[in-house]
Amino acid sequence: MNKLIQLKNLTKNFDDQQVLRGINLDIYENEFLTLLGPSGCGKTTTLRIIAGFEEPSGGEVLFDGIEISKLPPYKREVNTVFQKYALFPHLNVAENIAFGLNLKKVEKSVIDQKVGKMLKMVGLEGFEKRDVTLLSGGQQQRVAIARALVNEPKVLLLDEPLGALDAKIRKQMQIELKKIQQEVGITFIYVTHDQEEALSMSDTVVVMNNGEIQQIGSPTDIYNEPENRFVAGFIGESNIIEGIMIHDYLVEFDGFQFECVDKGFEDNEEIEVVLRPEDLDIVEPQDAKITGVVKNITFKGVHYEILVETENRIYKVQTTDYAEAGREVGLKFGPEDIHVMYRMGAY
Amino acid sequence: MKKNSKFANLYLVIIFLLMYLPIGVVIVFSFNEAKLPVRFTGFSLKWYQELMGDSAMLQALVNSLILGAASCLVSAVIGTFGAVGLSRLHLKSKGILEYISILPLMIPEIILGMVLMAFFYMLNLPFGMLTLLIGHTVFCVPYILMEVKARLVGMDPSLEEAARDLGASSMRAFFDITLPLIMPAVVSGSLLAFAMSMDDVVISIFINGPKLSTLPIKVYTQIKTGVTPEINALCTIMLAFTVIMLLLYSLIRSIRRKKNR
Amino acid sequence: MSNYNTEKKKHKVKSHSVGMILPLYIFTILFVACPLIYMVALSFATPGAVHGVEWIFTLDNYKKILEPVYLNTFVQSFKLAVTSTLIIGLVGYPFGYFMAKLPAGKKKKAMLILMLPFWVNSLIRLYGWIIILQKKGILNFVLKKLGIIDKSLKLLYSYPAIVVGMVYVLLPFMILSVYSSAEKMDWSLVEAARDLGAGRIKAFWTITWRLTLPGLLSGVILTFVPSMGLFFIADILGGNKIVLVGSLIQDQMTRGNNWPFAATLAVVMMILTTLMIWLYRKLTNAKDLEGVG
Repeated sequence: MNKLIQLKNLTKNFDDQQVLRGINLDIYENEFLTLLGPSGCGKTTTLRIIAGFEEPSGGEVLFDGIEISKLPPYKREVNTVFQKYALFPHLNVAENIAFGLNLKKVEKSVIDQKVGKMLKMVGLEGFEKRDVTLLSGGQQQRVAIARALVNEPKVLLLDEPLGALDAKIRKQMQIELKKIQQEVGITFIYVTHDQEEALSMSDTVVVMNNGEIQQIGSPTDIYNEPENRFVAGFIGESNIIEGIMIHDYLVEFDGFQFECVDKGFEDNEEIEVVLRPEDLDIVEPQDAKITGVVKNITFKGVHYEILVETENRIYKVQTTDYAEAGREVGLKFGPEDIHVMYRMGAY
Repeated sequence: MKKNSKFANLYLVIIFLLMYLPIGVVIVFSFNEAKLPVRFTGFSLKWYQELMGDSAMLQALVNSLILGAASCLVSAVIGTFGAVGLSRLHLKSKGILEYISILPLMIPEIILGMVLMAFFYMLNLPFGMLTLLIGHTVFCVPYILMEVKARLVGMDPSLEEAARDLGASSMRAFFDITLPLIMPAVVSGSLLAFAMSMDDVVISIFINGPKLSTLPIKVYTQIKTGVTPEINALCTIMLAFTVIMLLLYSLIRSIRRKKNR
Repeated sequence: MSNYNTEKKKHKVKSHSVGMILPLYIFTILFVACPLIYMVALSFATPGAVHGVEWIFTLDNYKKILEPVYLNTFVQSFKLAVTSTLIIGLVGYPFGYFMAKLPAGKKKKAMLILMLPFWVNSLIRLYGWIIILQKKGILNFVLKKLGIIDKSLKLLYSYPAIVVGMVYVLLPFMILSVYSSAEKMDWSLVEAARDLGAGRIKAFWTITWRLTLPGLLSGVILTFVPSMGLFFIADILGGNKIVLVGSLIQDQMTRGNNWPFAATLAVVMMILTTLMIWLYRKLTNAKDLEGVG
C-alpha cells in the first residue's frame, strides 16, 4: 500500500497554547484510520490541518509526496463530514449534494446521475427534493456523507460524525460507514473520543493526548498491548499497577513475582502493568498469590463487576461468577494476561 | 408556565387601545368634511383629493421615500459586510470599532443632528440630499449591523467551511452560503432602518438645508403652523400601505412554507 | 518554514474579510467618530461675534451652563425625563411581563400589534393626541358629557400633555426590552421557587423581578436618554412653554447661532448618557442593552 498522506513533525499553536507538539503520522491508501483521544488532545486540529482549515505552525503535510499545507481547502482532494453535518439549510437534499459538482461546472445530466447514485448508496433514494432541516439526524448524516463523497475525494475526513446521534442509530451507522468505506475504496480519517467506535471500525487507531501521539496500531494491538498508562486507561477499563521488570519474562508487583510474556525492557526497569478486568478470575484464596476481600458487587447485564480490596489496592474484576461482599477471595491470571508498559514520564 | 389572569389580559387590551386611539382618531378625521378636527360633520374624501393636488406634500413624500430607500441600501451594504467581516477577523481595534458604530443608537438624536450639522458645515458639504443620506446612514447602519451580527452568532461556522471544503473560494462561499442564510436578518434590519429613516425629524431638521423637505419635516412645520386634514389622509394611506405589505409578506411566507412541506 | 511566512500568509487569506470590513471602518471613523471629536473641540471654542466660530480656547461655554437660566433647563429636562421614565416603567413593565406570558400564537400577534404603530410617523401619532386633548377636543367633550366637568379644561400645551406625548412615543421601547428579558426567562425557576414554598409574591420578588431587572433597566436607559432630547414633543404638545435641553441645543444652532455653546450642551448631555449606560452595565453586568436590535 502507498503512503497517501504524511504528517511530518506537525506543530500548531493557538496564541500561547501549543495544541500539537510534533505529530508524525503516515496514512495509507484505502485505510480506515481513527484519531482517538479525549477532547482537547489535538485530534480535531490535526484533521482541520489536513482539510486545510488551519495552517500548521510548523512541520509538513505531504499529499502524494507533495507539500500541501498552504493549499486552500478547495484545492485539496479531500472532503469533510462535519460534526453537526453543516448541511446548507436553504438548499434541498439534491442541491446540497450537488453543491461541489455545480462549482466545478459539471454538466447537469451528469450531476443528476451522480447525485442519484450517491443517494442510492447511502440509502436515501427518492429524497432529492426533501428539505434538509426536516430530516432526522441519521438521514442528515447520510446526506452529509453523500455530499462529500460525490466529489470523489481521495480522502474523506469525518469529525465525530456520529456524536449527535442516539445510541441505536450510532451502532447502525458504524456498520454502514465501514461498508461505504469498503465500497468506495478510499481513505477515511475518522476523529472520535469514543474508544468503542474506534476499535470496531478502524484498520488503524491513533491514540492522542495533549497534542502528542501516544500509540499507533491496529485495534487489537491497542487494546491488548497498550504502550503506556494513558492508552491503557483510555482504552477500556484497566487495573494499572506500578512494578519492576526483574528481567525478560519476569515481573514483580504487589510484592510477588509473576511470569509474563513481555521482554525487551532493561533489567530492574520501573514499569507499569495492565491487568484487564475481564482477564481476572475469582478463585479460592489458597489458589492465588494475590488475595483480598470482596468490597462490592454490581450486576452489569452480561457479567458481574466485582471490586476486590487487597493489601495494596482495589482490583476491578469482570466475571460471570458470583462472590458476595465480605468474602475472602484470590485473584488469578495467566502470564499472557499481564501487559507490561513503559512508565509514563520515563521517556 | 402560568397563564395570564383576566386582569392581565384586560390590561394588555386597554394599553393597546390607548396606543391605537390617536391613530384611530387621525384616521376618522381624515374622512371628515370640516377642516377643524373637532366635530365629525360628515363623511368626505375631499382631503384625499386635496392631498393628491398638494405638490409640496407629495414632493416631501417622494423625497422621504428616496432618502429612506437610498440610506437603507447603503447601510445594508456597509452593515452586512461589516458584520460578516467583524465575525471573521480578530483584530485588536475590533471592539472599539463595534462600539463606535453602534454609538448612534445610544446617543440622543438631538446630539447626532447637531454634531452632523456642525461637521458637514465644516466640511463645506452642500446641505441637501447628500447630507441627509449620510446622516440617515449613520443611524441606519447600527440596526442592520446588530441584526446581522445576532444572526451570525446563531450560525454554524462549519457551514462556510463545508462550502470551501466542497470547492468554493471564500468569496463564493460568502455569496452562495452565508449571504442567503443571513438574508432574513439583512431584510428585517433594513426594514427597521427604513422605518426609522421615514420617521426621523430630529436629525433631518438639522441637516436638510433650506430647500429640501422630508415628509416628517413637512408634517412638523404644518403641525406648528396650522394643519389641514390632508395630513390625516396621508397617515391613513401610509398605514393602509403598511398593513397591505405586512399581509402580503405573511401570505408569501405561508405559501413558501407549504411548498417546502 | 519560518513563523514570519505563516503570519504573512494568514494576512493574505484574511484579505477578503478586511475588504468587507473596510467600508464600515471608513464610514464609522469619518461620520461618527470625527463628528463627535469635532463636537468636543467645538465646545472649547469661542463663538464668533455675529456668526461662526473662532478657534480660541475657552472654558466660558462650560461656565455658561451654570447660569441659572441654563441650569434650570437642565433641571427641568431632568425632571421631565424622570417623570416620563417613571410612568413608562410603571405602565410598560407589567405590559412587557404580561405579554411574555401570552401563549405563543398570541405572542406573535401582540408583537405585530405593538410594532405596527412604528410605521406611522410619530409626529402624526402625536397629532392624534392634539386632536384628543385640544380645548374643543374629544376628551373634553367626553368629560363634559359625563358631567365630570362643566367647563373645558386646558389640557393641551401643558406639562402633563408633554408627559403624555413622551410616554406615548417611548413606551414601546420599554415594553420591548422588558418583554425580551421576560421572554428569555426560564419559567420553571418560578415554579421551582413556588415548589420550595415561596408564595406568589415572594416568588415574583426573588425570581421574576431579579431576572427581568436588566430588561427594566435597559428600558429606563432607552427612554430616559431620548426624553432629554425629543424637543419636538415639548414643542408641539407643550407649545414651547417648557424649554428642554434639546430645544435649547436646537435654538443655539439655528436662531442663537452659538455653536460652541450648543456643542457644550451636547457634550454635557453625552456625559450624562454615558454615565447612565455605564451604571447600567455595572448594575447588570450586561454587555448590550436588552431589546436593542
